Amino acid sequence: MLYINCPHCGLRSQNEFAYGGDATIKRPELNKEVSDQEWDNFVYLRKSPRGKHLELWHHISGCRQWIKVERDTSTHEIFKTYKANEAIK
Amino acid sequence: MSQDFRLDNVGMVNREKKISFKFNGKKYFGFEGDTIASALIANGVHLVGRSFKYHRPRGFFGVGVDEPYAILQLDRNNERDPNIRATEQEIFEGLEVKSVNCWPSVNFDIGAINNFLKMFFPAGFYYKTFMWPPSFWYKIYEPFIRMAAGFGEASIKHDKERYEHKYEYCDLLITGSGPSGLASAYAAAKNGARVILAEDKPRFGGSLLTSDVNIGNQTGVEWTEKIIAELKSMPNVTVKNRSQVFGYYDHNMLVMSERISDHLPKTQKYLPKQRLWYIRANEVLISSGSIERPLVFGNNDTPGVMLSSAAKEYMKVYGVLVGKKPLIFTNNDSGYETAIEFKKNGVNPIILDTRSNPSSDIITEAKNLNIEIKFSYVVVAAKGYKKVKSADISRISEDKRELFNIENIECDCICVSGFWTPSIHLASQSGNKSKFNEKIDAFVPDKSKQQENTIGSANGIFTLEKTIKDAFDKGFDVSNKITKKNNKVSVPTVVEKKSTDHDKFWCVPLPKGKSYKRFLDFQNDVAVSDIELALREGFRSIEHVKRYTTLGMATDQGKTSNLNGLQLVSDIENKVVPQVGHTTFRPPYTPVSIGAIVGREVGKHSKPTRKSPMHSWHEKNNAIFVDAGVWLRPRYYKQGNEGLFEASKREAKNVRQNVGVCDVTTLGKIDVKGPDAAEFLNRVYTNAWLKLPVGKARYGVMLREDGIVMDDGTTTRISENHYHMTTTTAQAANVLSHLEYYLQIVWPELNVNVVSTTEQWAGAAIAGPNSRKLLMKLFPNLDVSNEGLPFMGYKEADLFGIPAKIYRISFSGELAYEINVESDNGYFMWQKIMEVGQEFQIQPYGTEALSTLRIEMGHVAGSELDGRTIPYDASLEGLVSKKKDFIGKRSLNRSAFTSTDREKLVGVVPIDKTTSIPEGSYIVKDPKAKLPNPKLGHVSASCWSVEYDNPFSLAIIKDGKNMIGQKLFAMSPLKNKTIPVEIVSSHYVDPEGKRVRS
Repeated sequence: MLYINCPHCGLRSQNEFAYGGDATIKRPELNKEVSDQEWDNFVYLRKSPRGKHLELWHHISGCRQWIKVERDTSTHEIFKTYKANEAIK
Repeated sequence: MSQDFRLDNVGMVNREKKISFKFNGKKYFGFEGDTIASALIANGVHLVGRSFKYHRPRGFFGVGVDEPYAILQLDRNNERDPNIRATEQEIFEGLEVKSVNCWPSVNFDIGAINNFLKMFFPAGFYYKTFMWPPSFWYKIYEPFIRMAAGFGEASIKHDKERYEHKYEYCDLLITGSGPSGLASAYAAAKNGARVILAEDKPRFGGSLLTSDVNIGNQTGVEWTEKIIAELKSMPNVTVKNRSQVFGYYDHNMLVMSERISDHLPKTQKYLPKQRLWYIRANEVLISSGSIERPLVFGNNDTPGVMLSSAAKEYMKVYGVLVGKKPLIFTNNDSGYETAIEFKKNGVNPIILDTRSNPSSDIITEAKNLNIEIKFSYVVVAAKGYKKVKSADISRISEDKRELFNIENIECDCICVSGFWTPSIHLASQSGNKSKFNEKIDAFVPDKSKQQENTIGSANGIFTLEKTIKDAFDKGFDVSNKITKKNNKVSVPTVVEKKSTDHDKFWCVPLPKGKSYKRFLDFQNDVAVSDIELALREGFRSIEHVKRYTTLGMATDQGKTSNLNGLQLVSDIENKVVPQVGHTTFRPPYTPVSIGAIVGREVGKHSKPTRKSPMHSWHEKNNAIFVDAGVWLRPRYYKQGNEGLFEASKREAKNVRQNVGVCDVTTLGKIDVKGPDAAEFLNRVYTNAWLKLPVGKARYGVMLREDGIVMDDGTTTRISENHYHMTTTTAQAANVLSHLEYYLQIVWPELNVNVVSTTEQWAGAAIAGPNSRKLLMKLFPNLDVSNEGLPFMGYKEADLFGIPAKIYRISFSGELAYEINVESDNGYFMWQKIMEVGQEFQIQPYGTEALSTLRIEMGHVAGSELDGRTIPYDASLEGLVSKKKDFIGKRSLNRSAFTSTDREKLVGVVPIDKTTSIPEGSYIVKDPKAKLPNPKLGHVSASCWSVEYDNPFSLAIIKDGKNMIGQKLFAMSPLKNKTIPVEIVSSHYVDPEGKRVRS
């Protein structure tokens, strides 16, 4: 079970969190012309990298904040966690 | 039966307390502190089971977790437990165990015929045999495999025992209380660390219980007792016996199963049977020791062939002789220790040593005791079927390839020692890549992967002096990283007998003309010949060889077999073991009961139960409840002999004719607040929200980004920047997460906050033509006229002294209001509604009547919004704004979603007006068409229309609107029904929606 350092609450067990997928996906702006391809990429296509991955986690049984977690998908090592609005270093 | 093999005054069992137990129906005696194995051996019983594939007789091979043979089934306090290792289960008064994998009895087992047919059961037997013809699979092969599979039978009864889970945090977890575990625990505890020391066995000490050593002028046992007593007295230390750390998971989370009551006749009051510990440890010291390796020779699975260390432990711990004419077959000094122990207890052993001329303290001691030793000798084959009677032995050439004259000598047990295998399982589970240590012919942990270190013989260190010194150092170093107290204790002096190198020999060649089975895996009956065959058939990767032959796949997970298997593969392939590599170690290290894994999460405890504040009123008024997510909701209120059908019909009819009240507390409620709240709702919902005035509610539909309807509900503008959103009961949690995601991640610039208020409000829906009259009485000072409180209006008012909110919204299609009060006042509100409503013939109605009412009206709910429908399918296109953008809008342009033959919501009425249509039925044109019958759509919800007194259903069918008026068929292959139906509008009752606005 992962031990995730919530930037708001501190170290908490994985079972307090829900996984939210790739954190680098950017939603196309509202009211903007979006091609089929662009929209498909946004809605459906996700990379499944082996290694470092920046992902969203939702601290649903805690502070209810969405946070960003930089995690190695093969070793589960967590390098850093960020608040949703924090700049990724 | 008397205990003929019990030694006087030797061992640690409690001779004061005699215990009787039954094995295969026969009564035996042992002593408190015995395991089933030690007690049976004391009684001279060595035949306890049959092997998995060939049903060969099985005895005892080890003395602990590594036991591959003695797997029994236990009955304790009317509960059945399969897969019990006789070497670990302690006896208690009244214990009953029996053998498994044999029929009709362990002595006479029909399945033993397999032993004579073994040429037909080669490696990969299952893959080769059960392939054809395919039609045999369900009726013949699968039942056969199921019957033959597994050890013992699991109970199908509900397990009445209690199991617990516990979460624990510590600085240092130490797994095993042998010399290294004790020393490191002591050093770390004295340095102020919070330590958990876990021992699998009932007794602490590990190898110290059986080795002839001296630590700080005390025997190993005395030193153990002293250290354990001191650790137990320290507040920063938790010492646990009968506790197996079986899994090493991510981020230093380890799981341990503690057997609290398994050794007692009955689980004590207030205690669980077992407790599962989830331990988050800052640091872990793995001191799990090592397991003796077998030597491989002909018929080496005969009962009476066992590990030499096990024979020694049976003597020293249990005071039990495994035989009276022992043969010791060894390639190292460990066998000598066992021989010396036999000799001390008046039994004359013979040692066969594969080495030609070794010398060490221990060998000298054996010689001085006049023990007969034959150097360069091996056991060629064990003789005897249900028990060893003799052994064929032979001198072996220096290169270990040639046998000389075979002699037969009498013996009643053969104690084998092929040196030691470190238990690296936990280290390996943590992600530590192991490395091969040539000196000990085994894998040891390499660089630490997580916060773990392996110490003692688990790390391949086999001298006590170094083990103790390293463990003291490690315990200090690791604890000091955390506590920084620098409190170092002194290391005691250690006296032990020096031993010499082992012989790298492990497998006796077959003599000419003999085809003895030489077993590698004792639990799964994998012999040398099986591995040879697998390699001949082209299997190369050790992982493939494992799965093809089942080597190491049994419940013991190859604790005694893996390394010899690797040796064999590398010998045949002309490789060295590290090139072959080893298979992956996965948790659990030992079998864990399902009960312990599940813990308290059984039955009603498997999820929380949520009840509305009015729950007790419903209970008192004969409500029959239904699970709605985690909520309990009244399904109907039973009157007299009514069933679900009659009651729900009565309740629904009363809503249409008079007035009904329904508990709607379970609806999700979310407060949306902030200056950008209107803009936010405008993006979340498909319809327009910017112009909703204060004091007005609006129905809204929200989509996922892929265009599928996510949820629907009404949202009310309470004040300028404050909205009260409702969601369906089922989607409440998902909708909140969804909103939070957009606010925190996608549009953080929006100044809006959302918070769940589901539990803060109790809700009652009042519906029916009399509802306004009722409202007037409930709120005498409020203008509730159609002008004062119009459809989709909102008012705050006082309900007999408590603040209430009134929303004029309707799910039933009738004139209706929803009253919300603070949860604590919910019961009061409900009582008042029922009391005042009496004169208007009010009746409570449950979810079944609620469904009837909404189905008749063609209002969609979860069965239509099932994760596949877009707004158009559910006839919600009127709510989809063309002007503004919103979540999921772009997806609605996808060609699949704009196609004209999409399935659309319609109503369905049976032609005969009496036959109810099962939900899930297919709508087809021709019921006799060739299968698969082209499906036009499916029936999503069915009810008995109380308005027209005939069945009515909603369906989602292709080109729905154009089908209205057509006569089709509803088919339910599941219920074997074909019903002629007519397609009608989904708005079956009050299609203009006059009533809600009246």
